[in-house]
Amino acid sequence: MTSIAPPAAQLDRPASPARPPASPIKPTGTARQGLFATRRPDAWWIEPTIVAIGFGAFILYSLFSSLVWEPVFHVPYEAQGYLSPFFSPLIKPDWLPWWFSPAILILWIPLGFRTTCYYYRKAYYRAYFVDPPACAVGEPTIHSRYRLEAAFPFILQNIHRYFLYLAFIPLFFLWLDAFLALRQEGVWRIGVIGALMFLNVALLTGYSLSCHSFRHVIGGKMDCFSCSRGALLRYRAWERATWLNIHHLRWAWASLISVAVTDLLIRLLAIGVIGDPALRF
Amino acid sequence: MAISGFETHVHDVLVVGAGGAGLRAAIEARARGASVGLVCKSLLGKAHTVMAEGGAAAALAHVAPDDNWKVHFRDTMVGGKLLNHPRMAQLHALEAPDRIRELELWGAVFDRTADGRISQRPFGGHTYPRLAHVGDRTGLEMMRTLQDKAVHSDVDVYMECTITHLITGPGRIMGAFGYWRVTGEPVLFPAKAVVLATGGIGKAYEVTSNSWEYSGDGHALAYLAGAELIDMEFVQFHPTGMVWPPGVRGLLVTEAVRGEGGILRNKDGERFMWKYLPEDRRQEYAATDEEAERWVEVTAQGRSSEARRPPELSTRDNVSRAIYTEVKEGRGSPHGGVYLDISYLPAEHIRRKLPSMFDQFKELADVDITRGPMEVGPTTHYVMGGVRVDAETGATTVPGLFAAGEVAGGMHGANRLGGNSLSDLLVFGARTGAGAAAYAARNAASAYVDPSQAYRAARQLSAPLEREDGEDAYAIQRDLQAMMQSLVGIFREEADLREALGRLTDLETRWQSIKVTGGRMYNPGWNLVFELRNLLTVSRAVTLSALQRTESRGAHSRVDYPEQDDRNWGVINSVICRGPDGAMMVARSGVPPMASELRGLLGAAH
Amino acid sequence: MPDAHLKVFRGRPGEPSEFVDFDVPVEEGMVVLDALHWIQGHRAPDLAVRWNCKAAKCGSCGAEVNGRPSLTCKTRLSDFDLDEPITVEPMRAFPLIKDLVTDVSWNYAVNRTITPFTPPENLPQEQWRWQQRDVDRVQEFRKCIECFLCQDVCHVLRNHETERAFMGPRFLIRVASLEMHPIDQVDRRQYLKDSGGIGYCNITKCCTEVCPEHIKITDNGIIPLKERVADAYYDPLQWAWRKLRGREATGAGTELPVLPAPVGAPPPPAAATTPTDATATESAPAQTAEPAAAGTGPARPPRRVRTTKSARQTAGRKDAARAPRGRRDGGAG
Ligand code: SF4
Ligand code: SF4
Ligand code: FES
Ligand code: FES
Repeated sequence: MTSIAPPAAQLDRPASPARPPASPIKPTGTARQGLFATRRPDAWWIEPTIVAIGFGAFILYSLFSSLVWEPVFHVPYEAQGYLSPFFSPLIKPDWLPWWFSPAILILWIPLGFRTTCYYYRKAYYRAYFVDPPACAVGEPTIHSRYRLEAAFPFILQNIHRYFLYLAFIPLFFLWLDAFLALRQEGVWRIGVIGALMFLNVALLTGYSLSCHSFRHVIGGKMDCFSCSRGALLRYRAWERATWLNIHHLRWAWASLISVAVTDLLIRLLAIGVIGDPALRF
Repeated sequence: MAISGFETHVHDVLVVGAGGAGLRAAIEARARGASVGLVCKSLLGKAHTVMAEGGAAAALAHVAPDDNWKVHFRDTMVGGKLLNHPRMAQLHALEAPDRIRELELWGAVFDRTADGRISQRPFGGHTYPRLAHVGDRTGLEMMRTLQDKAVHSDVDVYMECTITHLITGPGRIMGAFGYWRVTGEPVLFPAKAVVLATGGIGKAYEVTSNSWEYSGDGHALAYLAGAELIDMEFVQFHPTGMVWPPGVRGLLVTEAVRGEGGILRNKDGERFMWKYLPEDRRQEYAATDEEAERWVEVTAQGRSSEARRPPELSTRDNVSRAIYTEVKEGRGSPHGGVYLDISYLPAEHIRRKLPSMFDQFKELADVDITRGPMEVGPTTHYVMGGVRVDAETGATTVPGLFAAGEVAGGMHGANRLGGNSLSDLLVFGARTGAGAAAYAARNAASAYVDPSQAYRAARQLSAPLEREDGEDAYAIQRDLQAMMQSLVGIFREEADLREALGRLTDLETRWQSIKVTGGRMYNPGWNLVFELRNLLTVSRAVTLSALQRTESRGAHSRVDYPEQDDRNWGVINSVICRGPDGAMMVARSGVPPMASELRGLLGAAH
Repeated sequence: MPDAHLKVFRGRPGEPSEFVDFDVPVEEGMVVLDALHWIQGHRAPDLAVRWNCKAAKCGSCGAEVNGRPSLTCKTRLSDFDLDEPITVEPMRAFPLIKDLVTDVSWNYAVNRTITPFTPPENLPQEQWRWQQRDVDRVQEFRKCIECFLCQDVCHVLRNHETERAFMGPRFLIRVASLEMHPIDQVDRRQYLKDSGGIGYCNITKCCTEVCPEHIKITDNGIIPLKERVADAYYDPLQWAWRKLRGREATGAGTELPVLPAPVGAPPPPAAATTPTDATATESAPAQTAEPAAAGTGPARPPRRVRTTKSARQTAGRKDAARAPRGRRDGGAG
């Protein structure tokens, strides 16, 4: 027994409960290092590429739409009683300078919510940080001081639950908007864009209720689901949240796309490129 | 105690084998103050116990309130065709519930009944639903629990270390000799007591549900050290192994499939098990399809049922023979098995109760068991025979040598009931650990290893590496497996068995001249050499015992003696031991007498 | 059927390694491990491969097949294009021993640092009652066959140097199985944060992708654990609330599992009767002694308390407050 002592040597004494793993801190393996080093012959790069492009497109579009479109190009974010979801609830005191988009007062909530979302984290760590780009695929350099979510700034991801709580505020207003848009100038209408607004807010609700933090708060934090009547209720809620949570990725993408499309159509309606076919009564 | 040139680890108790029985023995011996070493051929936690699926039988009476140890004892004895060591069967039935509860105390998470206790499922040959289980991975759950318990109770674990020789002293055991698989370096374990917990012998056969480790190491080591083996003719063929594709042939399909309501049919769609129920026990089984169906329905809800159990839950020996016969008479499926169908139950229920079966068929055979039937056939599964041990302590006939689990014989008689092996290894693992610790305490003088034995073992170990030229170990293994499969399989015959003895002699000769290439480091070909020695030894033991027993009983079926012969063989165990000339001898001995109150329990059964 | 072309890694530490080509005849349903066995039996008897069950149940046979960590006994050759060579190499995150065998002993060392299951002292086992729904969650994690493929693929272990230890996904879910156990009494959240390095995991889910047991390691194990750690360390409101109540982090679900009787079932024996109450209350002062010793590392871990300074000061109070709580829940049922 020379260098391969561990089986006996490491297992011979009891470890005290809180002691960190015996040296070494991690095993020293033989993985090939270096960007994209891998022996996977499949197209592992497709997924991160799609994600990178998709997110990039959305970020550019949302920045343009919420910050630039109205102030610079005078394309309104409101048309025929429909309010763009980027701007809801609309807070627009008179003293705001012309270049200051009211979306800024609101947008940080969904932005923070999505940035700290467990799914989005996975997606952008992979697509933008290439950390890792895909499973068993190499990274740029061997980070000598990898700390990620164990240290500032990424440790802040842990406040995700607060963004969840906050996110219910715009969500409430979006529901309100959708209902208010049903009646315009004393006429009831069911329009394509109105329907889209409902779809959008439904998807956003699905996204929020499928959140991991929600699932935790609602019941996941309990150890025993049958230890009291209250626990049983929370168990049922947790079960539902779990059911939604399984598709969190889909909720995330669907609601992302629906927000952008809703905004886009409202703008196009505003400048008259499209109309809003609707039943009115 | 050190001999120059050998790495040495001294212990009071050395446990060989880290499956359920070995771990349980190590935990118990350690709890009683002995210093314990635990040696295993592979990594910790990979032992064959993880493959046990159905559950552990214990009369907890959670599902069927009428259940108690007496009924369990009776079921075990009846299943074993009364060849069981009665005291072992009694202790097993008595203590299994406590051993199961103890596991829960150590963190095992069993499936629950509606009122929140450990749930129990029905199994072949058990009168009541009795198997504490975790889906269909009960063995894994037990292993993890025991493994963690052992690791946290200061047992020294030696992983990937193969024991090739036992060291004996005057009239007792003195330790063991082995080598690290990783480096190939020899290592000595002087110990006051050695517990063998090495499992079974399945690798002597071509079609088997057993892992490669099951090469009869403990059986052979004990035999070579002078201990007696009993009941070696009783090799259990599990009725349901996979038959297709070829790569997975023999892989176990848990009995829980039948416990949950699986139905066996031949290619004509006939539920053939009705034909094969033994006349004298027919009243224990359902009379009609409807009654069987009712039983399945009620049992699925975790309640006990007034309906009687379906015919598929007959004892394993019986079902295996039934399937074999169906196939042989031309009513088998295209790949030489029969159909096992559970797809009539709700898909959700199947996936929850049999998750790993679902995965196994989906991934390895492209069969969705919630939609269609599985193809199954018998596969070598378990050896009832083993080292003769004392019921109370697990002591073998060699002082200081102990055995527990599958390697020990006597507990299961001529046929083991499903679920009794997991409880067996807990009950007798614990007893043997205690027995070995007590023995070590009584014999306080430390073990003395005779250097010449160590040097001889080391020379034997290296010999195959040093030969210029010789036989290929893998080829010998293939030949042995094919030979055992065809000549000493489910149905046996005198001519076949005699031929098998002859061929064994040839193989033994070839074994003498095995040549291994590739050095000592992690060399599987080299590891195979001593496994082959063990396999050849147990194969001969099985064949000799099978030849001697001129009747059919339990798992042993002789074509030339198809009847059970209670007059000549009813209370006789076959015994294998090493003769004065070093050759293997077979003899008979009476089954240990049964206490009269136990006999009374059996009387009630008939 | 055509032959499969395998490129198998062969080598030992300190020696030049190489990929050796083998052509293996293919049978229907053959898996990679079968091919390796064929190579052992016919071409290279000393090819080192670790395996036991060949049934995807023991977790010994992990290797990287075409760059993906897989169980070789579960990876079918028919999943590959047999015209292309199939590469088989050892798990790369672990030190090499020989050929396809690596030294995974580090994992066993990590496992030892996890405080084992600790049941409550004041609740005798005869009174343990919990439902299938309570154990379902834990059972998922306990399906783990310890193949260490998730450890192998995790980029933190595979690609990074870290200052402190990261226990890896396998052991995160092992902790999850203990933390979410209905009656386990130890709080391992500090351990997770400081010794286990849960913050190193960036939930990129490769562990889930490779797990042969299909355990949702990240979604069901690691993320809920991260949330639990956040409860204790990163949630200012919860922190303030605890300060206000004068209690340390109580951990999730500290109720004792005294069940309300399910409809139609007999009441659990004696769980909520007065004698039990008496024991619960009596034993409370005795428990306060234990956490005080926690800092000195007793062999037996303390009840569900954190071993920080403030925890030590207040844990006694918490425990005293807890025992009657279990009673109340039981009484209500
Ligand atoms: S999710 Fe976390 S633990 Fe799993 S592979 Fe990614 S970084 Fe490792
Ligand atoms: S969690 Fe899955 S991948 Fe990881 S060791 Fe367990 S079974 Fe293997
Ligand atoms: S929103 Fe994605 S996890 Fe909370
Ligand atoms: S050999 Fe057991 S998992 Fe592959």
